Amino acid sequence: MADAKEKPVDKLTFEEALAELEIIVRQLEAGEVELEKSIAIYERGAALKAHCESRLKSAELKVEQIVQGANGPTTESANFD
Amino acid sequence: MPSESPPSNDVALSVSDLAASLKRTVETNYDHVVVRGELGRVTIARSGHMYCDLKDERAVLNTVMWKGQVNRLPFKPEEGLEVIATGRLSIYEGRSNYQMIAASMRPAGAGALMALLEERKKKFAAEGLFAPEHKKHLPYLPRTIGVVTSPTGAVIRDILHRIGDRFPVRVIVWPALVQGDNAAGQITAGIQGFNAITGADRPDVLIVARGGGSIEDLWPFNEEAVVRAAFESEIPLISAVGHETDTTLIDYVSDARAPTPTGAAEIAVPVRSELLLTTGEHGERLKRALARRTGQARDKLGAARLPRPEALLQPKRQRLDYASASLPKAALALVQTARLRLSRLAISPASLKSDIRASKQRLRDTAVRARPALTRLIEARHIALASQGKLLETLSYQSTLKRGYTIVRDTNGNLIRSASSAAASDAFKISFGDGDVMAHPDGSSPPTAAKPAKAKPKGDQGSLF
Repeated sequence: MADAKEKPVDKLTFEEALAELEIIVRQLEAGEVELEKSIAIYERGAALKAHCESRLKSAELKVEQIVQGANGPTTESANFD
Repeated sequence: MPSESPPSNDVALSVSDLAASLKRTVETNYDHVVVRGELGRVTIARSGHMYCDLKDERAVLNTVMWKGQVNRLPFKPEEGLEVIATGRLSIYEGRSNYQMIAASMRPAGAGALMALLEERKKKFAAEGLFAPEHKKHLPYLPRTIGVVTSPTGAVIRDILHRIGDRFPVRVIVWPALVQGDNAAGQITAGIQGFNAITGADRPDVLIVARGGGSIEDLWPFNEEAVVRAAFESEIPLISAVGHETDTTLIDYVSDARAPTPTGAAEIAVPVRSELLLTTGEHGERLKRALARRTGQARDKLGAARLPRPEALLQPKRQRLDYASASLPKAALALVQTARLRLSRLAISPASLKSDIRASKQRLRDTAVRARPALTRLIEARHIALASQGKLLETLSYQSTLKRGYTIVRDTNGNLIRSASSAAASDAFKISFGDGDVMAHPDGSSPPTAAKPAKAKPKGDQGSLF
């Protein structure tokens, strides 16, 4: 957790960000952090939440298929319905 | 010549012509055959061509497979194995021999395939291909999913629908045959091809999928090339081949096994709406927790607030006011008290006289008590003196003289300590315990040895006094 905190939020995977957000929520709810630190971790938590949400909101089904071209495989959009 | 052979209208064919004719007929009529049988003896010649027999209970079919096809065989042809061979029939004229030229061959029969499957499974397991330590961790939320499957049919549609329902992401399909002789090669190419992709198109997770079917239908997923490609895949791989009850070797080597293609989609992506809810809840809890935390701190701060300076001073000032108001009164009271005490302290001569009288009486009493005490003290001193005198007496030289010793002095009263100085004097005085006697030395007689010895302790004794 300590080294995860060092990592910039945008470098975290969704899973890492969500896990850290959960830890922060628990810490803050337990009221076990100093006031000054609690504001700092709140800010980190808010950033993590935003990061998670951006990953969730950008979701869009995009279907492509591989086509074998002269320069090796490339992708083109496809519809399998 | 006529005599040797009966005349005939039939035109005699050469053997070669007949063989060629037969060959044409057979090759035309049997240009595509699919035949099932058990492999008899199998020989792979140094040229790479394979010669084998296909047989059943009653017949044998010589079969040849050229090197190119042999290398593409998806299994190792072994005697006793039941196979289905596809090819054409031909005739080898040099031997009067008809034979099958097989283009492809695959194992046949559930029993044979099961046995082969078990054998391969053991082999791969012994190699460690199925070991848990080789299993890769699947990404929680992949950005791109690569699917190796048939582009037609329900499988790809099921996968895409389920991914779309749960968490729509980018899906790249690598079209591949999933049945038949070329399937294993295409599936292998798909797995390896996805792994070869770099950059933004590279999938985070792979799904290799196929619908249900017989063990023969699913056989490509048991092929060594497919199993090894799945093992070597650097991208985590989910296998979803057949139904839940079907097991193929790719299921053992994959990082996760899904019971169905739909199940593979469920393993590959989480449910977006749930995650949004979770994240939203976390956000709310975060806000509430901070508000509570700061609220607590504010309460504490309020409780710990410094009092206003006026509030600190007012009670003191009040006390001062009270004090200054009561000061003159107190001073007055003090004087009055002092005056009262002074007035009570009036001196009376009568009391003084009685004091004096009492003192005199105490003096008298003391004097009376002192007299006998003084007498007793003097008597005690007398007794002490007498005992000290006795002690002194026992220690004095007079008592020594009484015990028989004498002291010799010259006329001047100086002690004579030796016989020689006694002889040198004109006269000397000898003191005994009861008195002195004057004596003169008899000059003619020198002192005997005993005399100084006797005199010596005397002298020593004398020196003590």
